Amino acid sequence: MTVTVERGGRVVRKQHGSAPRPRRPRDSYLPFLLPGVLAFLAVVAVPFLMNTGVSFTDWQGVGAPKWSGLANYRELMDDAEFWASFRHSLFMVVAMAAIPTVLGLVLAAALFDFIGRHFGGRVASVLRACFYLPQVLPIAVAGIVWSWILAPDNGSLNELLKAVGLGSWQQDWLGDPDLALYSVMGVMVWVQLGFPLVVFMAGLQRVDPQLHEAAELDGAGWWRRFWHVTLPQIRPEIYVVLLWCTIAALKVFGAVYVLTKGGPGGATDVPSYFSFTTFFEKTQVGYGAAISTVLTVIILVLALAGLRFQTRAEDAEEGVRT
Amino acid sequence: MTAVRTGAVRTRGPARGVLARYPVLVALVIAALFMVLPFLVVAVNAVKSPAEYAENGPLSLPRGLYLDGIEDFWDRVDFGRKLVNSVLISGSVAVGAAVLSVLNAYAIGIGRIRGRTWVLAFFVLANMLPQEALVYPVYYLSKQAGLYDTRLSVIIVFTVIQAAFGTYLLASVLGRFPREIIEAARIDGANKWQVLWRIVVPVSRPTIGVLLVFFFIWTWNEFLLPLVMLISNDNQTVSVALGVLQGQRLMDATMTNAAALLGVLPAIVFFLVFQRTLTRGIAVGAVK
Repeated sequence: MTVTVERGGRVVRKQHGSAPRPRRPRDSYLPFLLPGVLAFLAVVAVPFLMNTGVSFTDWQGVGAPKWSGLANYRELMDDAEFWASFRHSLFMVVAMAAIPTVLGLVLAAALFDFIGRHFGGRVASVLRACFYLPQVLPIAVAGIVWSWILAPDNGSLNELLKAVGLGSWQQDWLGDPDLALYSVMGVMVWVQLGFPLVVFMAGLQRVDPQLHEAAELDGAGWWRRFWHVTLPQIRPEIYVVLLWCTIAALKVFGAVYVLTKGGPGGATDVPSYFSFTTFFEKTQVGYGAAISTVLTVIILVLALAGLRFQTRAEDAEEGVRT
Repeated sequence: MTAVRTGAVRTRGPARGVLARYPVLVALVIAALFMVLPFLVVAVNAVKSPAEYAENGPLSLPRGLYLDGIEDFWDRVDFGRKLVNSVLISGSVAVGAAVLSVLNAYAIGIGRIRGRTWVLAFFVLANMLPQEALVYPVYYLSKQAGLYDTRLSVIIVFTVIQAAFGTYLLASVLGRFPREIIEAARIDGANKWQVLWRIVVPVSRPTIGVLLVFFFIWTWNEFLLPLVMLISNDNQTVSVALGVLQGQRLMDATMTNAAALLGVLPAIVFFLVFQRTLTRGIAVGAVK
């Protein structure tokens, strides 16, 4: 122990002696990064590069992959199933990013400024908890719950419609190719809503109440204050939520697996499910790798654009502050 | 807060304020009920006997507590075993990923190593990669390494994937760590390990706690990789076991409800235990 103390002391003293030498002590933190970087190379980087490599080959998962150049990608361009799966992804972005963000903003503002103020923080946090609950549920379990509720015979939703005299509205919610995608979207809104709500409520706590007070004294109604005061103040949270939710929407897998298995007739197929079946059911590993590579490129481009945007916004903000 | 309230009363008059208040509350309560309703319907139906369900449908209240359905389901899928697997995997991942995140973040946030922006960007992108782009090579490599269909393989993969997020979050938190404290400790003769374990870790305990909870719940809920990696019944997690059963469409209504209730219960327990950490944690994660 004493040895380390002495050694440490000497290092510090040395630093003080030759003041303008910050480089060396900085880089000696590198050993702390070593386990992390090695683990990442092994578990993320190598498999990712392998996957990208395999996407340029014809491979069934056994034997040696046969180099096929861009053949898989050329095939993708003409594959209606592939385009359909990406079209469905856009629907998922609406259901998991656009709708939850808008609803989450309105609900968060209502809970924070209205319920919190007039009925106390307790009521607001209980309500918030109700909205957040689906977020902690495993997606597989949410899928079980909803596929039972939406079942055509004896499902709760159809029974409820019958009970209130709307029997003619009964549907095979997940089995009708025209409806299934919208039903899955509805479930995803339910699953996702809690995340933006919680982030926005936390963001609202940063907003200076005096701004609201001033706007209120100037005669601005609730909607105008929401639009001109609240929204600009929590803009950073809105960007983050939109980015995270969009990426989550592009990756959606479990819900589709459990609710519809991409069916009926591919009506709810999404890229991740499409690549999964291509990998493990059709065992066209090269083709599956190409699908997942395209998905990855889209997500990384979005993520990079989003992060750039975020850091630029942060820099601008810091510039104002100093 | 009080100032705001009196302001509102002054400009609008008390009568209008009260009138507008209740419709908003009622609307929000109805919306919140809609969110919770699926849980209630499941709970109600899980305690009905098949006969009662067939007779009265899903909307009636149960006549009594019928727990045989849940017990049957528990035994049939060996649910206890799945719970143990899930706890073991999620717990190991939470601890492992937290340790890895702390080490990475210490080098990036406090060590300020050269090129840290790039290192950080690398971790963030790794966190955003879709698992579909890793799943086949991971499956293939783990087969080669003899780790296929073991809980260890899933633990290793998720420890790394979750640590990507942890590194991102902790590095920004540690970047704002008061440097005087570290300088003082170094002058007192502490080496880097001692500074890390005696000062940085204890001071950042709240953030690390948030990470542990998140990692645990996220890993608990993971589906794709465990579905691919854990094929034997003895190794499956709760999520995978329930998802696979549902996918096979072999369950009748009461069994489905028993399954759903058993799947929901742990989530509700985590939620109640960790509610505060969760909501605070999301805020921390989002702002930076």
